[in-house]
Amino acid sequence: MQILTVIMINSILAVSLNLVTGYTGQLSLGHATFMSLGAYAATLLTLKLDFPFVASLILGAIVAAFFGFIIGVPTLRLKGDYLAIATLGFGEITKNILLNLEFTGGPMGLRGIPKVTNIYIATIVLLLVIFSLNRIMSSRVGKSFIAIREDELAAEAMGINTTKFKILAFTIGAFYAGIAGGLYAFLFRYINPKDFGFMKSIEILCMVVLGGMGNTYGAILGALFITLLPELLRIVSPAIAQYRMVLYGLLLVIMMIVQPEGIISGSLLDKIKPKKKMEKGGQ
Amino acid sequence: MKLLEGTNLTMVFGGLSALNSVDITINQGEVLSVIGPNGAGKTTLFNLLTGVYTPTAGVIRFRKKEIKNLKPYEITKMGIARTFQNIRLFGEMTVLDNVIIGQHCRTKTGVFGAILKTPAVRKEEALVKEKAMDVLKFVGLDDVYNEKAKNLPYGKQRRLELARALATDPELILLDEPAAGMNPQETNELIELIEKLNDMGKTVLLIEHDMKLVMGISKRIMVLDYGRKIADGPPEEIRNNEKVIKAYLGEATLKEGKAC
Repeated sequence: MQILTVIMINSILAVSLNLVTGYTGQLSLGHATFMSLGAYAATLLTLKLDFPFVASLILGAIVAAFFGFIIGVPTLRLKGDYLAIATLGFGEITKNILLNLEFTGGPMGLRGIPKVTNIYIATIVLLLVIFSLNRIMSSRVGKSFIAIREDELAAEAMGINTTKFKILAFTIGAFYAGIAGGLYAFLFRYINPKDFGFMKSIEILCMVVLGGMGNTYGAILGALFITLLPELLRIVSPAIAQYRMVLYGLLLVIMMIVQPEGIISGSLLDKIKPKKKMEKGGQ
Repeated sequence: MKLLEGTNLTMVFGGLSALNSVDITINQGEVLSVIGPNGAGKTTLFNLLTGVYTPTAGVIRFRKKEIKNLKPYEITKMGIARTFQNIRLFGEMTVLDNVIIGQHCRTKTGVFGAILKTPAVRKEEALVKEKAMDVLKFVGLDDVYNEKAKNLPYGKQRRLELARALATDPELILLDEPAAGMNPQETNELIELIEKLNDMGKTVLLIEHDMKLVMGISKRIMVLDYGRKIADGPPEEIRNNEKVIKAYLGEATLKEGKAC
């Protein structure tokens, strides 16, 4: 049962990174950082200040979103590789700060968190995330995100304040990641800065790339796959399970060659329903 | 009435001056063409007027307001729209969504409004869609509204760029080589479209190499060569201007006098 809950949490992470990377086209290598900020904020609010679960979860997400905004303002002026490196650096800094602060438990992490998260709560939160995200993406705001990905210069010429909207996408993505972090903390009852390191960020990115950049349901499919893969390997043979990171790498290389747009991609959808297109094009 | 006035515009890239003290005036309601050999600074001039670059020196006033230091999106909001020399559509988006994006700066739905989908948001979305369809009808693309922009044939992509620019509700519209790569049939349709735009009261600034188009619809032509303005006047005057002929065909041709 726990594995299903983890799939839901990972789906939220994948969907939120997909907003930043898949829809808005900004490569972030520090998504797990926002998860850690949400997890630590929610946990501290509950442990030290006795906040109820829901309030901690939301406030934790707001803290993550706040840092998303703060880090987004200077870095989103950068393009492409520079942004990726800046987010990477931010992730390492956050990890080291969490490792060295006293009230975050340092390298020992925080323990004794009540277990609240279950499959129902995780599913409801995931559905809320998907619902709100779909609403955003079908609106003026979401269309602006996609326009920025497609052509930033043209988007700016169409009157879109591209910096503002990139920061907005980044902040919303951080908010969702913060929620996922909170759920994570209240599921495993123990958090440690190393849970949210660079490898976790890469794992989330793998989910998005595997499932299909710019498609919410693709991201969920990717999360499902990447979460289940090590478990399946463990059943087959624990020896192979040790090499799962090698397998991720191999998988990504194969994906890039065979289906670079991910499992669920625009071109694939076009292939499934060509008839409808023919009718419209024929007019 | 002067709609836009650029004075002493200079743009220097490194050691190269792409534009050298160029003055440009655009009057309300006219069609002004900018012509000149390749590398004369035409697109640089466009990029200055639309805020892509900030001029090294000079002043740009749109409706008497200084716009030199504004960002491109702010200039669009003030009422200047543009198309690009190399088509820059949002390829993965539908034709309709491309035009809807054009109305971005005239609408204001935010994140929370989008999630809650309040009646005000629904109303705005309906209006935006209706207006987008009107614009598509105007350029003759309403039958392909649901196609992805990248799947359109070239001529239609050019028209979609125009539609998208038009959707921003501009007073002044800047077209960067709109007829490039078009066949004569498509060029004729474009001429009709620009004339229709002008009749609607839009002011048009045009960069173009197609002389049939330029001579046909311009009320005034401005000629650039090596970053300097060498002529400015009505089409007949430009056609016989010695400096212009020299810039395009070279000095020898003019002396021989019979090559063309």
